[in-house]
Amino acid sequence: MQKIGTPSLEADGLRCVRGERTLFEGLSFALKGGELLRIGGPNGSGKTSLLRIACGLLEPDRGEVRWGGENVRRLKEEFWVRLLYIGHANALKDDLTAAENLGIACTLAGVVADERRRLAALGQLGLAGRENLPARVLSQGQRRRVALARLVLGAETPLWVLDEPFTALDAAAVDCVQGLIGGHVSRGGGVLYTTHYEASIGAAVSRRIDLAGG
Amino acid sequence: MIAALRCLIFRDLLLAARRNSDVLTVVLFFVIVVSLFPLGIGPDPKLLRTVAPGVLWVAALLASMLALSRMFAADHADGTLEQMMLGATPLGLVVAAKVFAHWLVSGLPLVLISPVLALQFDLPRELFGVLVLSLALGTPVLSLIGAIGAALTLGLRGAGALLSLLVLPLYVPVLVIGAGAADAAASGLGGNAQLLLLGAMLIFAGAFAPWAAAAALRISVE
Repeated sequence: MQKIGTPSLEADGLRCVRGERTLFEGLSFALKGGELLRIGGPNGSGKTSLLRIACGLLEPDRGEVRWGGENVRRLKEEFWVRLLYIGHANALKDDLTAAENLGIACTLAGVVADERRRLAALGQLGLAGRENLPARVLSQGQRRRVALARLVLGAETPLWVLDEPFTALDAAAVDCVQGLIGGHVSRGGGVLYTTHYEASIGAAVSRRIDLAGG
Repeated sequence: MIAALRCLIFRDLLLAARRNSDVLTVVLFFVIVVSLFPLGIGPDPKLLRTVAPGVLWVAALLASMLALSRMFAADHADGTLEQMMLGATPLGLVVAAKVFAHWLVSGLPLVLISPVLALQFDLPRELFGVLVLSLALGTPVLSLIGAIGAALTLGLRGAGALLSLLVLPLYVPVLVIGAGAADAAASGLGGNAQLLLLGAMLIFAGAFAPWAAAAALRISVE
């Protein structure tokens, strides 16, 4: 478990082509510790693709993403242990309970958290009493909460990349997640996220990139 | 890292236990195919004894192919595969753990049940050991090779047919050598040569197939 380092993610001249369409070209940005970067833009403008490129899941057609000066696709696990990515898929198994799902997600990500902390994290997201229900019977919003409970346990992971974290959440849960994101930024972590929701997150440095959509 | 791999194997076994119809389908398919042969061929003990290793091996091969397309599909659909790729454990090891869990669920039961099915063919008792050993060495090779095919065809339409076409040519040597082990033992030559070859295949596939499948998964997920 590493201390929360100074995250420095740099994207340089990114270009992404999906099918025949060029989604964006010559896109550069930098994200340092204590910064909040929101990617905006209409549906289909390439927000998810950009986040996947930033994580190293997708190879950009041109340009590169660097972490501490090194290409993330070369750093591999060295970068990925410092990254917490929550995509728009919740990565939950229907046949496993909320607590089991969270435990497995943490173990895979290399986050050490004992059962007590995991249950506390689920409780913080308003899932107390539902830890042992199979994910199949949870509502869409509750499933999202289980996925987002990783944020509570991932406080020491420097970089968070969140794809539409507020989808399907009610007002109370949105407040809670905004608080978690704000807390992470004030601790010196970096957060890269997309949302259509007008979030109000307290952060010293908050920037926004809008993808035009093409 | 070891904890992550152990957790992954445990998770796959837990999922298989909670959704046991998938496992039962494979085993049932194996039992039915093997049991139909004595009925179809007729009660000629000499003929049955000759075809027994071949029939058991072909049925095991088809049964393990039946389960292949499910190896990564569910994890791909619900986003878990992306999390595995962004995890702290190298993807090749994750794939190796998944293949091992897959074999425990869809290969090992076939190995264990094969002596019972061999009774229907009046296979001489002294050949049981060779037959079981050849399946125990051969079915993990099938799972490992199949993992590459399953990774390459992940998310494609008509993946099932394409997967069979990709994987079958690679399965043939395993089948020939595997079924040959019991045949050689029956003819008095002893099946050691074939078993050693299968062992070598297992080591080779175990060392390389997970990394090939991991590379294929990265391409499929893009």
